[in-house]
Amino acid sequence: MGSAHSVPEEIQELADKTGFTLEQIEHLHRRFKQISGDQQTIRKESFDRIPDLEFNPIRSKIVHAFFDKRNLRQASDGLAEEINFEDFLTIMSYFRPMEMNMDEEQLDHFRKEKLKFLFHMYDSDNDGKITLQEYRKVVEELLSRNPHLEKESARSIADGAMMEAASICVGQMEPDQVYEGITFEDFLKMWQGIDIDTKMHVRFLNMEPIAHCH
Amino acid sequence: MQAKGSRGAPSLRAVPFLFLVAALLGLLPLLHSHGLQSNPMMASEPPHHYPAIISGSEPGVITAAPLDVSQEIRPLPNHSSPGHAKYRKAFPVLGIDYTHVRIPFEISLWILLACLMKLGFHVIPSVSSIVPESCLLIVVGLLVGGLIKGVGESPPILKSDIFFLFLLPPIILDAGYFLPLRQFTENLGTILIFAVVGTLWNAFFLGGLMYAVCQISGTGLNDIGLLANLLFGSIISAVDPVAVLAVFEEIHINELLHILVFGESLLNDAVTVVLYHLFEEFANFEQVTVTDIILGFLSFFVVSLGGVFVGVIYGVIAAFTSRFTSHIRVIEPLFVFLYSYMAYLSAELFHLSGIMALIASGVVMRPYVEANISHKSHTTIKYFLKMWSSVSETLIFIFLGVSTVAGRHYWNWTFIISTLIFCLIARVLGVLGLTWFINKFRIVKLTPKDQFIIAYGGLRGAIAFSLGYLLDYEHFGMRDMFLTAIITVIFFTVFVQGMTIRPLVDLLAVKKKQETKRSINEEIHTQFLDHLLTGIEDICGHYGHHHWKDKLNRFNKKYVKKCLIAGERSKEPQLIAFYHKMEMKQAIELVESGGLGKIPSAISTVSMQNINPKTLPVKRILPALSKDKEEEIRKILRNNLQKTRQRLRSYNRHTLVADPYEEAWNQMLLRRQKARQLEQKINNYLTVPAHKLDSPTMSRARIGSDPLAYEPKSDSGNLPIITVDPASPQSPESVDLVNEELKGMSCLPPSPEEDEEGLVMRVKDPSSPGTDDVFTPGASDSPSNQRIMRCLSDPGPQPEPEEGEPFIPKGK
Repeated sequence: MGSAHSVPEEIQELADKTGFTLEQIEHLHRRFKQISGDQQTIRKESFDRIPDLEFNPIRSKIVHAFFDKRNLRQASDGLAEEINFEDFLTIMSYFRPMEMNMDEEQLDHFRKEKLKFLFHMYDSDNDGKITLQEYRKVVEELLSRNPHLEKESARSIADGAMMEAASICVGQMEPDQVYEGITFEDFLKMWQGIDIDTKMHVRFLNMEPIAHCH
Repeated sequence: MQAKGSRGAPSLRAVPFLFLVAALLGLLPLLHSHGLQSNPMMASEPPHHYPAIISGSEPGVITAAPLDVSQEIRPLPNHSSPGHAKYRKAFPVLGIDYTHVRIPFEISLWILLACLMKLGFHVIPSVSSIVPESCLLIVVGLLVGGLIKGVGESPPILKSDIFFLFLLPPIILDAGYFLPLRQFTENLGTILIFAVVGTLWNAFFLGGLMYAVCQISGTGLNDIGLLANLLFGSIISAVDPVAVLAVFEEIHINELLHILVFGESLLNDAVTVVLYHLFEEFANFEQVTVTDIILGFLSFFVVSLGGVFVGVIYGVIAAFTSRFTSHIRVIEPLFVFLYSYMAYLSAELFHLSGIMALIASGVVMRPYVEANISHKSHTTIKYFLKMWSSVSETLIFIFLGVSTVAGRHYWNWTFIISTLIFCLIARVLGVLGLTWFINKFRIVKLTPKDQFIIAYGGLRGAIAFSLGYLLDYEHFGMRDMFLTAIITVIFFTVFVQGMTIRPLVDLLAVKKKQETKRSINEEIHTQFLDHLLTGIEDICGHYGHHHWKDKLNRFNKKYVKKCLIAGERSKEPQLIAFYHKMEMKQAIELVESGGLGKIPSAISTVSMQNINPKTLPVKRILPALSKDKEEEIRKILRNNLQKTRQRLRSYNRHTLVADPYEEAWNQMLLRRQKARQLEQKINNYLTVPAHKLDSPTMSRARIGSDPLAYEPKSDSGNLPIITVDPASPQSPESVDLVNEELKGMSCLPPSPEEDEEGLVMRVKDPSSPGTDDVFTPGASDSPSNQRIMRCLSDPGPQPEPEEGEPFIPKGK
């Protein structure tokens, strides 16, 4: 699939599927080839070629997301071994800005898609809930760039956040009631305060090929 | 004002009426005494000087300088100092020496009037919900001005010096210091285009058209030249931050629109300053050459960038200074104010943009200063800034009203009406044109609704008035007409637009600001998103916004923070810093609301026990503590309790200042009485075994040390009950083990003595291993948590036997 990019119809098809313009697809394809080293597919190791990514505290989560079948709109879950260009575009399409002419319903769908993507990054075991363990992991990773990090503080932050989530989403709880974890609905609730559609996007055009990547 | 008063009187709301009357009464002595005093002065001075000197002499606020003069001229008659005693027949037991106190007295009266007005409006919600406060204040100003005039005095005029040197800076500093940096930088491009290009367009469009109007014969305006018109245009074209703030804060518009309009009003200052000085200079020239224009263009960069530069320098110095203030906490806030003010003055000294300097210094110093100063100082800064800025704002609007009555006016229908119309047209065209251009580059486009609000929110205000007032008669004989036109435009925008914008916002269903408090979850998600976007940008090879922000952050963390932030905190990641801040805020809030706690909310609190740590089976294992362990814990608890007590005993002013938590503790002491009652009730709950919740000790530990205990929800904020002293019989102690690790949830039944002290701060057990369950005191004992709670932890020895009693493991 990835190799067929030169055929205009295929590109058009990709454009329809992902909502990117032809120009953007071309840019991204150039980048794809850089990352993959002119291969048809990208494997996890390929991301090592991106030097800037090295400093990213949630690097593993990001890379992971690219291979997460849930994000690739495939029926199954689990991890893909390698992804082709179409998959790459699919992941990237989560970061498209919203369009001016979208109606409410589309917007809502669009927003949910983005949040789903994020949710999957948190929910690493795919049980539909962000459990305390998973949440702690996320916070630890967020703080992992800091050499003086104490695990305990990451932990207590995650715990605090979890309790907050429980109190926001469930409200009053009986002592013997148990909050299993943040479900996607709860997740939506918590993101209400953050304007996701105006935040989660990346500009794709004007990308300069970067010499040191290859 | 009378009308308003009578409206309030019949109902329960007689209070505001009283305030208004009080305020008016307050003014009377002032008027009276002034009447007494200006007569001799008139007699002693040549009459034609009188208007010039005294034009604004009514309230001292306005004309400090002339008053000084007048005082020096005539000290003799009123001075009752010992030196003059020989002229007197007897020693005056009671004398009046109004001149002695006059200036501060009058200043205080005006400020008092302003505050009472503000107070009054907020007591009458029905009025302030329809009419923006700024409008009401202007009306009050008009009435007061009319009153003063009616008594036969000349009301004061808002003097430009006073305005620019004293009234404006607090408002701008408040805006700059609390600038929502994130939105501001994300939209900086748009804001700059509106502020620079938009203002230029407005100025030239308006100036040009007004010149055309003036050329029409028969209007009597033919002598107004092009430059004068351009000058007028540049004065009136700038959106005013004070007016925008006053109106936009009331309508709760969404952050994007707010920052766009408000940011524009802040940043256009540089353009206004340059254009103003440029045209003022040019008006004196015979001919304006190309060189002059180029120089003017250059000076724009000098003024704006210079202002920013000055601000940044002072900001860095302030941050650096605050690094060393840890021993003298009391003066910390002062540094912030002084350095900012110095930045403003230094910029003004060179005719740079003072507003830009203030904003830059506020923005630069804030993150570092906040990390250095104590929480209390931070609160002080916040309150002072808010207080000053709201008082200034009130005074500005009142004086706008008063000056309108006081100033000389020249009303020319053609000029004024066309000014008003062209102002509106220029604004609309400018916004439409610029957004069309900007939208090509923005990812989040500005919708037509947004454009409308931006155009409609272009309010003019006191800056324009003061600039107009600064013009001198010599070169601008038409100053009075300019001022009249400026005031008309200000009134139109503030009254008509300011009053209708709220219904329009509702009508158009423009997105409002979300009122939710920032939560720890949001902070985590936001940071996560930031890193994710940076990562994606890296992956797709685009050096965008997030990429550079990330670079800057890393640089900041690596070098800048080390220099500017003292001690540990420089290494603190943002998330933890945020967490600390939140926990402190909540602790204080908690305590503040402590006495009023509703008990049920304490019960409903979600605790860690409700949260299912995945690895555990749902059923908890609650092994009893081993005897040794128990003994050990008991010992440690004892030590720490002792410690706390010592601290409270040795409580003094300095430690109070040094410790952000202490205020909270102090208040807790005060509320002890109330708390005791609560405690009784709580204990009823606590004795029910099913509720593992708040045992007194736990509650105490929460306040003091365990941040997690504070739910963001307001209702759960009442935990404080906390405050509680353990007078009552102990509640069940629970010691709870989750995982292998120790998590003791222990309750300390307080001994009588301790009861006396009233407080048990927290328990600290350095030796205990980390725990999973933060909620238990055990967790608060873990070393890492100690750091978080470092404010409270005073390790202190000397166990006291009486306190050791308790600690009942909750066996299952």
